[in-house]
Amino acid sequence: MASHISTDAGDITLEVRDLHTRFHTREGVLPVVDGVSFTLRRGQVLGLVGESGSGKSVTGFSIMGLIDPPGRVESGQLLFQGRELRTLSPRERRSLQGDRMAMIFQDPMATLNPVLDIATQMIEAVQAHRRVSRAQARQLARDTLASMGIPSPDERLDAYPHQLSGGMRQRVAIAIALLHGPDLIIADEPTTALDVTLQAQILSEVQALVRERGTALIWISHDLSVVAGLADQIAVMYAGRIVEHGTVDQVLDHPQHPYTQGLIGSLPSANQRGMRLRQISGMAPSLLDMPAGCAFAPRCPRASATCQQARPQISQPRPEAPDHTVRCHHPGPTPDKADA
Amino acid sequence: MSGWLLRRVGQAALVVLAMTVIVFVGLHAVGNPVDILIGDDLNQQERLQAIARLGLDQPLWRQYLAFVDGALHGSLGRSFVYQEDAFHLILQRLPATLELAVSALLLAVLIGVPLGLVAGMWPEHPLSKALMAGSIVGFSLPAFWVALMLIMVFSVQLGWLPASGRGATREWLGVAWSWLTLDGLQHLLLPAINLALFKISLVLRLTRAGVREVLPQDFVKFARAKGLSPARVLVWHVLRNTLIPLVTVLGLELGSTIAYAVVTESIFAWPGAGKLILDSINSLDRPVVVAYLMVVVLIFVTLNLLVDVLYKLLDPRVRLEGAA
Amino acid sequence: MSPMTSPATARPASRPLREHSIWWRMAADFARSRIALAGLLLLAAVLLVALVAPWITPQNPYDLMQLDVLDARLPPGSPQGSGQYTYWLGTDGQGRDLYSAIVYGLRISLLVGVGSAAVAAVVGTLMGLLAAYAGGRIDALIMRLVDLLLSFPTLLMALMILAWTGKGVGNVVLTLVLLEWAYYARTARGQALVEARRDYVEAARGLGLPDWRILLGHILPNCLPPLLVIGALQVARAITLEATLSFLGLGVPITEPSLGLLISNGYQYLLSNEYWISVFPGLALLATIVAINLVGDQLRDVLNPRLMK
Repeated sequence: MASHISTDAGDITLEVRDLHTRFHTREGVLPVVDGVSFTLRRGQVLGLVGESGSGKSVTGFSIMGLIDPPGRVESGQLLFQGRELRTLSPRERRSLQGDRMAMIFQDPMATLNPVLDIATQMIEAVQAHRRVSRAQARQLARDTLASMGIPSPDERLDAYPHQLSGGMRQRVAIAIALLHGPDLIIADEPTTALDVTLQAQILSEVQALVRERGTALIWISHDLSVVAGLADQIAVMYAGRIVEHGTVDQVLDHPQHPYTQGLIGSLPSANQRGMRLRQISGMAPSLLDMPAGCAFAPRCPRASATCQQARPQISQPRPEAPDHTVRCHHPGPTPDKADA
Repeated sequence: MSGWLLRRVGQAALVVLAMTVIVFVGLHAVGNPVDILIGDDLNQQERLQAIARLGLDQPLWRQYLAFVDGALHGSLGRSFVYQEDAFHLILQRLPATLELAVSALLLAVLIGVPLGLVAGMWPEHPLSKALMAGSIVGFSLPAFWVALMLIMVFSVQLGWLPASGRGATREWLGVAWSWLTLDGLQHLLLPAINLALFKISLVLRLTRAGVREVLPQDFVKFARAKGLSPARVLVWHVLRNTLIPLVTVLGLELGSTIAYAVVTESIFAWPGAGKLILDSINSLDRPVVVAYLMVVVLIFVTLNLLVDVLYKLLDPRVRLEGAA
Repeated sequence: MSPMTSPATARPASRPLREHSIWWRMAADFARSRIALAGLLLLAAVLLVALVAPWITPQNPYDLMQLDVLDARLPPGSPQGSGQYTYWLGTDGQGRDLYSAIVYGLRISLLVGVGSAAVAAVVGTLMGLLAAYAGGRIDALIMRLVDLLLSFPTLLMALMILAWTGKGVGNVVLTLVLLEWAYYARTARGQALVEARRDYVEAARGLGLPDWRILLGHILPNCLPPLLVIGALQVARAITLEATLSFLGLGVPITEPSLGLLISNGYQYLLSNEYWISVFPGLALLATIVAINLVGDQLRDVLNPRLMK
């Protein structure tokens, strides 16, 4: 599924076509990423949204090339600036990692090595891609921290991770991602481990950075509201598949898939004060035990016999918005809001 | 940090003190200390003199104080067999034992860590499984029997290495060491291997466990995401974090290695403190036994202390507790 | 609107643990490792051999009347003096049939090893439970003692004790018990403290059961799994220790050699290439210890995740 958000082929940073990543465990083969496709252009932000187990993080790791056994990227195309990532040698892949594409993880305390100081961890990231001296590398690190508005960068460099606050650690992680001015950043729930005020701060900081540098950004989250203010496109994932994809306005204002509608409906802002928060009933299916038809059918208010028997294909339910795609047998706007 | 250090040293001193009490009480509880310290083959007159000289006719607490006093001055009795001060006797032999113990530990690390790394990084690989099974055999091997087998194969059958003794030594810092001469190294090799076998298995398993714990952690993935070379990730991230707890275990193992050297020294006729203690037990040279006990206690307590300090230095999370 | 019932996720919901199902699942998990099963089989073989020793050996190596000094140091496969049987593994310096000596020596090794471990286990567990139950100063005292005992190497302590008490099998067993109870005590205390907080203890108390009944009847059985693991590994250690002490001449008497003493006797003949006297007893010893360690190791792997639940 190619998203036609803009037709200028020259500035496509990332194109993912029918990606399949499977985990071969003792209990069986798990299709964690089950046919994911999207296109991302320079400076665009894609919000990849889904509950835990939907395969969103693994999609990010697949693109970065960090899938370890028993997982494997089995099929599909990963075109980064026109180059097929899957055919690259490990060395070529490594030269891209941290340089042209970077990743930010969820828990910064776990991401930074606790026994090494920040300077070491930043300097090694610099020297992995540039032949510079330690002093020059340290200077670059310092400058990157400063450019993010972090006060007294030298003190930060000499500190150890546990000496910094959670927000500062995440900023350091972001700084490391920015060191070489990458063309693509994949952020895997970077603000989930932080408190709400910090979340908002970092969101706006990242937004500014992305605008300035034209970096493409994939922001992975389980929280639609976080992504709503930041993203240009939103892709909603469920059980390894993208079930709805479009621009942020299209998806939020005219959601077509019942799951998306459920997600939007469960946001506190969408509900009236004093009324119970609407929730999507049920749980995501176990990947070992996927239903034959649509994966969402067991929890879907619109499920019919077709839904239980056949996997829905991608369709464009709104002729006026050809970029807005859904994977559903019965796409359509939310029925009357009084419906619970 | 210094407050903590003082407390630790204080603790250590208390343990040493406790041991002196135990040893002293032990001396009195088990037999007539007169016999233990003086020897049986003195006539009545000499016995009385010896008793008076050693203050054994004094009340117990006075004797204890005298004991401690003597200990502080480095005198815990004279060896019956060698007619020398027992403490000095042991100190003379200690370097040989230390040499053996350190060599064994070095071998254990040089062999055990890389193998443990392999077993930790590819646990499903047949080699790893073989290594783990092998490590069980490794620590099941009775050390004394292996010593005999080593002698049989390498000395008797192949004639490559000598079966006993220390070989030529060279002086350094006023002490004779055998690792400084080729002949000495040849003599050192078999006993060091023998002593190391059990440790290799231990280090292998510990390293493997450590690697398996560290490897799936996020910071390793993040290091790879930065594009670092696999070698750098391995050494600076995986190994470094694995080794920190390992080092502290090894420090404690040094103490136990020194103790278990007794058997190895005996079989290979390695002239260390271990052989001395064994001979002394067999010849009932009890002052030497007492002195040895005190030396070992001292070594252990010191090692424990050093290991604690080392851990504090190596792990910044512990070191900088107050600064966060 | 179809109400959901989502199928279970990959991990099944935990079932309540009843006593017999724990042991059954343990056995199933244990059997997953072929190496451990091999170890178990080997162990069973060793135990069997030791048990039926008098029926499967041509001579009683401890009966001096049955030995012929003229048959000393014969290589494996040599016939006995009067041609009644063959010395399959050769003879030692005193003319003992090595095969018989090994089998009988195995008995001693196992008896001492298992015996000392058993006594130490009982003593240690009781002490550990006492410490957990009494708390306060008694607990502190016992634990200090345990720490002291465990911080020094066993061999050295054994040598010291035997230096005071003198040699002999009985003293060796005593020494082993004195040194090993600490391991059990520490584990029993730790486990007991964990168990004491569990709901079923509260329930038992509520029923008015006396403390000692709760301790022995309820807490103790739940402490058994880790104690079992320690027990297995301790038996291996005890056997090794006895062999080492006998090797050093501090254990069994010369007339009734255990494996350690046999090996020691064979030392002097190594240089004249009469290897069998030291090699075969050593192999038997190694086989026994490896078997026990294989079983113990797998037991530990099997039981540990269970402890976390």
